[in-house]
Amino acid sequence: MAGLMQRASTVIKAKFSKLLDRAEDPAETLDYSYEQQLQLLQNVKRGIADVVTSKKRLQLQSTQLEQSVVKLETQARQALGQGREDLARAALERKSAVQSQLQGLDEQVAQLEAQQEKLVASEKQLSAKIESFRSEKEVIKAQYSAAEASVRIGEAATGIGEQMADTGLAIQRARDKTAQMQARSSAMDELIASGTLEDFTSDKTQLDRELEALSSQSQVDSDLARLKAEVGAGEPQKEIEQ
Amino acid sequence: MIVRLMGEGQYRIDDALHADLDALDERAVSALEADDETELDARLDDMWRLVRERGERLADDDLSASDLIVPPSDLSLEETRALFADEGLIPDLPA
Repeated sequence: MAGLMQRASTVIKAKFSKLLDRAEDPAETLDYSYEQQLQLLQNVKRGIADVVTSKKRLQLQSTQLEQSVVKLETQARQALGQGREDLARAALERKSAVQSQLQGLDEQVAQLEAQQEKLVASEKQLSAKIESFRSEKEVIKAQYSAAEASVRIGEAATGIGEQMADTGLAIQRARDKTAQMQARSSAMDELIASGTLEDFTSDKTQLDRELEALSSQSQVDSDLARLKAEVGAGEPQKEIEQ
Repeated sequence: MIVRLMGEGQYRIDDALHADLDALDERAVSALEADDETELDARLDDMWRLVRERGERLADDDLSASDLIVPPSDLSLEETRALFADEGLIPDLPA
């Protein structure tokens, strides 16, 4: 059985050899191939933009979750200050759940980052090869007879065809990865919406409301005490005056 | 001889390096046949490392075709098999 290197080479050559059979006229073949190259270059640019968008969405979710961790920590502290250990525990449990979500997000952002780097490198190489091909094609068109040209075209097209297959695969893999991330991101949105997961990032959680109730209760108490002190002047209440 | 590291670029290699790569490639084929992904990935990583260390990188605008192509090591077994199939992993070129 042939080695993996040989098999990879064979399968890639088979992929783009069809390109050369398209047109009888060398000039036409060259122009057609060049158009395909430019189209692939557009595809890879779009692929990069998609990965970046997907990455930004995850980064935004990540930032929201980080803010949520800080907020939950503060709430736990407030709750303890008011002697409500049950609330503090609830806040810390939620904080721990948010932190594990965060860890998953960081890994995904890193994976998308890697895909982005690969695509950018692939775009750079493809772009350089297209430029070479463009000059070569003008030389071939201007200087060679049809018979001579076909040999030169074969050489130039093989080199660029291989790069096109390689870039095509890079785009495909980045797309698969991005689709996975989007599916997971949407699933998380759905879980939040259905209430299975608490919406850590909404402005008000149940915990917020309880904590607010707690602090507004103590505000009422102190207001009441202040009023009592004013109304009942002459009947000093030591615990209020301090 | 020119070899391509898929997704990275092309390198010019000498005969000695070619022989070393062939030896590793043989072990990679056995690993693929034995469904041993860890071994396969390790041998592919070895091949990548050798090419990077001892090969001479071709300029990006070089239009030379490669004689050999080294698959990436971050594919699953199924993906690696698909890579070699007719309707494989590599998408058709834009029409």
